[in-house]
Amino acid sequence: MKLELGKVFIEDVQFGESTHLDGRILVIDHAELLEAVSGDEHLWKIRVDLAHPGESVRITPVKDVIEPRVKVKGHGGIFPGMLSKVDTVGNGRTHAMKNVAVVTAGKVVGFQEGIIDMSGIGADYTPFSKTHNVVITAEPKAGIKPHDHEAALRTLGLKAAAYLGQAVKDVEPDEIKTYETLAPREAAQLYPELPRVGYVYMLQTQGLLHDTYVYGVDAKKIVPTIMYPTEIMDGAIVSGNCVSACDKNPTYVHLNNPIIEDLYEEHGKTLNFMGVIITNENVTLADKERSSNWTAKLTEFLGLDGAIVSQEGFGNPDTDLIMNCRKIEEKGIKTVIVTDEYAGRDGASQSLADADPKANAVITNGNANEVIVLPPMNRLIGTTAYVDSCAGGFDGSLRSDGSIEVEIQAITGATNETGFVHLSADAY
Amino acid sequence: MVKEIERFGLPVVHVCTVVPISMTVGANRIVPAVAIPHPFGNPALDVKEEKALRRKLVEKAMKALQTEIETQTVIE
Amino acid sequence: MAKKKVVHYLNQFFAGIGGEEKADMPPELREGVIGPGMALNTALGEEAEIVATIVCGDSYFNENPEISKQKILEMIKPFEPDLFLAGPAFNAGRYGVACATVAWLVQEELKIPALTGMYIENPGADLFRKAVYIVETGNSAATMRKAVPGMVSLAKKLLHGEPIGLPAEEGYIPRGIRRNVFKEERGSRRAVNMLLAKLKGDDYQTEYAMPDFDRVPPADAVGDLSHLKIALVTSGGIVPKTNPDRVESSSASKFGKYSIEGVEDLTAEEYETAHGGYDPVYANEDPDRVMPLDVLRDMEREGIIGHIHEFFYSTVGNGTSVGNSRAFGIRIGKELREAGVDAVLLTST
Repeated sequence: MKLELGKVFIEDVQFGESTHLDGRILVIDHAELLEAVSGDEHLWKIRVDLAHPGESVRITPVKDVIEPRVKVKGHGGIFPGMLSKVDTVGNGRTHAMKNVAVVTAGKVVGFQEGIIDMSGIGADYTPFSKTHNVVITAEPKAGIKPHDHEAALRTLGLKAAAYLGQAVKDVEPDEIKTYETLAPREAAQLYPELPRVGYVYMLQTQGLLHDTYVYGVDAKKIVPTIMYPTEIMDGAIVSGNCVSACDKNPTYVHLNNPIIEDLYEEHGKTLNFMGVIITNENVTLADKERSSNWTAKLTEFLGLDGAIVSQEGFGNPDTDLIMNCRKIEEKGIKTVIVTDEYAGRDGASQSLADADPKANAVITNGNANEVIVLPPMNRLIGTTAYVDSCAGGFDGSLRSDGSIEVEIQAITGATNETGFVHLSADAY
Repeated sequence: MVKEIERFGLPVVHVCTVVPISMTVGANRIVPAVAIPHPFGNPALDVKEEKALRRKLVEKAMKALQTEIETQTVIE
Repeated sequence: MAKKKVVHYLNQFFAGIGGEEKADMPPELREGVIGPGMALNTALGEEAEIVATIVCGDSYFNENPEISKQKILEMIKPFEPDLFLAGPAFNAGRYGVACATVAWLVQEELKIPALTGMYIENPGADLFRKAVYIVETGNSAATMRKAVPGMVSLAKKLLHGEPIGLPAEEGYIPRGIRRNVFKEERGSRRAVNMLLAKLKGDDYQTEYAMPDFDRVPPADAVGDLSHLKIALVTSGGIVPKTNPDRVESSSASKFGKYSIEGVEDLTAEEYETAHGGYDPVYANEDPDRVMPLDVLRDMEREGIIGHIHEFFYSTVGNGTSVGNSRAFGIRIGKELREAGVDAVLLTST
């Protein structure tokens, strides 16, 4: 499976007459965008705002962040099983609109939505302060059920990203990267001298709005399976998550999964990147045992020498992480696990809910309980009405001057467990 | 030492004065003793009383060996 | 500018008062500088001086913790010091526990910055490393000259309220406090690098060390003792008189194994202690006070216990490294298992 990913680097985003690229400026037809995303019976009062890096703008509560992409050549379309048909994607050519993100926001869905500050100290903690954000807020109609609200907002964001993606379809990309993964037998023969490495990609699937979709399938209903990494670049995995903002994987992160990127970077040089094993984080012990047994089995099946395992979320998924690690190590396959910590505001508590001596190679993306004070911002997109009650917030988080004292848990992407950011923690 | 012996499946009762150290070194059945220089005695008592005290402590230790525990436990 | 005030804590030995025979001395306040305080005071230079020293016997402190703590706090309070220093305790277990306990107490109760120093395997370090700054020292007082500059440099930072850096930079034993930091490379890149190192067998540093799990699940309880064989093991150094195997009085490198076949009572004529970490008078008067063979024989005769294993094992816990203790435990455990022993009474001083 071979995918050319063409990147178009956008320098600014403005509203204008028709949606198109003017040089490297994205011009958006406001009315046409609204037209493209509307039509859901559950939502109304849809509005679009722009937020640029460095502006004094706060966006909250943030549900999802999505990069606009478009399929140019090859099978299927972007977000298969969600927007497009369920063709197997990941080959041909896809264009990605870099430096731009669709952000969905508005009345909270699951009490665990995030904050994006475009400037100030909060901007250092979220990767989405560096993108030009096209923020879509929508209000749920009265009496809507939370899961219908989630599904409606999720689809709205995907539609907006797909709509904007069309603007780079016929543009010559600034950079084209080719990613190729062969079937296991050929792949193993390709670089016989290099260690065979895989990626175990854990997806949040705890239900109750903590869900992830693979080709449209709710991932809590899957058994672990193998994917070509390029399928994921075409939007085969989509976030339906309303969990703690800091360490959930927004769809943007699935599309740009940095472990996949960095493994490809070393592919053929220092390692042989064999593919991705996706697995879930379910709520019963039997599910956890089955899924971790299967991930270990599949690492063996692929003939791996090593694997990186990334987590999503925290708490009982720590057990899934440790089970995956232990069972893969017991197969004689070396692991590195990627996680974050809940070590308390003073950093003195035990960081993970579970542990095992075999987990001897850990990457941490920081302590989510660390408290920071976000300064007041001049403009607010969305509402701060939920700041006190979102995960990471507490009674009195929102102060009268508009500043917010919160755990970084409330900041979208702050401790992302795919290693998307630079935050980490040291032991003092 | 206590941990390594117990690894062979033998229950060990650790009778010692500084209980926190016993916790740190990983003893499972811990019985607090009288004092550091004389864990099983008290020189202030007469010989008979002292032996009775020692007997009581040894009985407590034996009882600890007969006590099912899940985790490190101080048995007073 | 007036010099800042420091109060220092020592045990009876480092204060030059005496060895184990003085270990039961209650806390005493001495004006000025004593023993290792001299070197610390000199290194503090113009910035601060030790105004008082508190001396307490190691046994007294560990046996009377509540009274000791209370008295020591009362002694420190009137000086209103800017900093409290304890030790260094090197690998002296009870001294280390005392130093760390007092430092923690001063920090919590009097809200005064406190600092101590000791060897990493000292039980005081294990107990208090999370709560107080403990500068890592060598395992014996011979390393005093190296310990002083490390303690003083951290002491000066605490006096000035300066931020304290990483354990490796500042020389203290890691407290396990997690603090966020932005790293040069993103997490995914660090993960790939770590995996490559692990695959090659190169050194790498995990970013989060798993907590210490070296716990052994409790062995099952025993039933009726009247059919069972019980073995005696002690770290209190009980040996046949004149210590035939020359078990060291501290930092033991060996253990002894002695037959007690036919021995009804451990008498002062036949047995003694080799332990150098506590006052040996009581143990030498009646070794049953450390290893209660007399009572066990009574219980054996009465049919309460099946029988006492023919050999007892003895070593000295004082300053003995974790590595050595483990090795002893493995050998002793194996022999006991093979000898059909059912349960073990391990006594420590």
